[in-house]
Amino acid sequence: MSGKIDYTALIIFVFFFLLVAVVGFAAARWRRTDNLLHLNEWGLGGRSFGTFVTWFLLGGDLYTAYTFIAVPSLVFGVGAQGFFAVPYTIIAYPLIFIFMARLWSVSHVHGYVTPADFVRGRFGSKTLATVVALTGILATMPYIALQLVGIQVVLDVMGVGGSASSNWLVKDLPLFIAFALLAAYTYTSGLRAPAMIAFIKDTLIYLVIIVAIIYIPIKLGGFGHIFHAAADHLSSTNPKTDKPFGALIPKTADSQWAFGTLALGSAMALFMYPHSITGVLASKSRNVIRRNASIMPAYSFMLGLLALLGFMAIAAPGVLGAVKKAGGNAQLSVPLLFDTMFPSWFTGVAFAAIGIGALVPAAIMSIAASNLFTRNIYKEFFRPGATPREETRVSQTVSLIVKLGALMFVLFMDKSFAINLQLLGGIWILQTFPSIVFGLYTRWFHRWALVAGWAVAMAYGTWAAYGVEAPGKPGSHFGASVAPIPFIGGSWYIALTGFVMNVIIAVVLTLILRAFKAPDGKDETKIDDFEADSEDPDTKELPEPAAS
Amino acid sequence: MSDKPPGWSAARVIVVAVLLLLPFVGTLWVSVYARTGPAFIGVPFFYWYQMAWVILSAACTWAAYVLTMRAERARRAWNRAHAAGPAREEGGDR
Repeated sequence: MSGKIDYTALIIFVFFFLLVAVVGFAAARWRRTDNLLHLNEWGLGGRSFGTFVTWFLLGGDLYTAYTFIAVPSLVFGVGAQGFFAVPYTIIAYPLIFIFMARLWSVSHVHGYVTPADFVRGRFGSKTLATVVALTGILATMPYIALQLVGIQVVLDVMGVGGSASSNWLVKDLPLFIAFALLAAYTYTSGLRAPAMIAFIKDTLIYLVIIVAIIYIPIKLGGFGHIFHAAADHLSSTNPKTDKPFGALIPKTADSQWAFGTLALGSAMALFMYPHSITGVLASKSRNVIRRNASIMPAYSFMLGLLALLGFMAIAAPGVLGAVKKAGGNAQLSVPLLFDTMFPSWFTGVAFAAIGIGALVPAAIMSIAASNLFTRNIYKEFFRPGATPREETRVSQTVSLIVKLGALMFVLFMDKSFAINLQLLGGIWILQTFPSIVFGLYTRWFHRWALVAGWAVAMAYGTWAAYGVEAPGKPGSHFGASVAPIPFIGGSWYIALTGFVMNVIIAVVLTLILRAFKAPDGKDETKIDDFEADSEDPDTKELPEPAAS
Repeated sequence: MSDKPPGWSAARVIVVAVLLLLPFVGTLWVSVYARTGPAFIGVPFFYWYQMAWVILSAACTWAAYVLTMRAERARRAWNRAHAAGPAREEGGDR
């Protein structure tokens, strides 16, 4: 926003950022070991915490800019469609329950640290493993970009940066500050002491969530009033498109299919991301994964209430007008809502929660992606005998490249709805699902059939997403993540359409390749490996990934 | 002593599968709940129905977890007893 800087909010925001940096640095020195980044510190299951603390920390990790900014701003902009995030997080957990315990077991028997490690061991294919690793790195970039947008809008609303009409450097200043913060944060000791920071971060996040979802509805006159205001606004005509802004209830078959496929596709994609697989593998035992999967849904409830912040922003006086004045950037709706409803000092606390809540996952994601590169590409193809020191250096460089990639996504993609960044990542990462998840159950698929299915689905997904115009912006690209199914029509999340193509191609080509007796790769796994638990002699602690 | 390992009876497999499938049916069949009424404290049906499924799915997954744990524990105990038993009785014959 142009205009006045809210100094109270800014000072409190800066205070919390400094606090996190100092605590992180102090904790890193205090707990310094030979292994700067112990794998067990990545995920939470490996830490010797009780169920409640684990629950507390895991939940904090889920609340990123996705939940605070992207989902509510989609609800703010188009209504019901944005609520798909609730069924998404509901069905993600049964999926984890079913698949991830098997991945944990086989990984702990064979010492796999990344999804590409598993694919290489299972299908004996370097190509397939490389494809999985590259997809992981690529798909992580837009997801990090989403976190950058989260920090950017908070800085924007506090008055750091310029209005839509200033020159590009001033306009994008908050983004560059966000990027610099992230790069600095990853290089300092931040990640070496994730547990210490997690406590501060998560306490802030829970505090803000609880205050926001109780205080704001009361102040706005209850949910009845909020939904009335939302229904009125959504059914009014958007001057840019000459159509209603959105709908309170998805009435058409197309919108229902879009809703359902967005939820299913996102849920299937969630645990294909490198950073989430690293976290799952670090759990203490396979049953910890299942136990966590059964207590996690409680968070989806708060996610649902946070999504409703989008409607509250419609109902709150002045927010709609302010968003319109700032060039219609829906991502500003939640920060503006907080700014309108809260006293300055608490606005500062809330912005710090959003900012730190975006920074930490972005750092974790970029390091997970760079470790994937170091382990499955650099050591595989360039320097098999790389020293740990060299690995660290490569990881650091790649982590910076990954963040620069994320920056490019923010600068060059359509910014109507930041959630499309995460959904684009989903379109790509979901195409590794057949190799990873089907691979957990069967080796029937031929390695080259899987590569071919992946290639076609990646090409289709990228092309289809490129072709979608943002509403009211003819000629724009990557405007949404839903498109008609080729030759059939309707409207599906592109990731899921691509996934279906992927599977069909993999099946057909496998049949053909098997008919021609094409040679299979070597499978180093045994059937029992998929059910081994921590008490079995076969399982072992996983090796450390490179430190960053 | 039965030769069949205990734990995963057919009934248990079906119950766990149903428990894990229910949240999918409940949330992905959108046309069933895409309506305004009945509202609950001012929240349209579409929204509170999904929020209710959050709680239901947690209950389903938790029940599936308990059933799975019991089955795996039983099978593990059986495996241990059997690994030790025949080895002792039949010497080196594996």
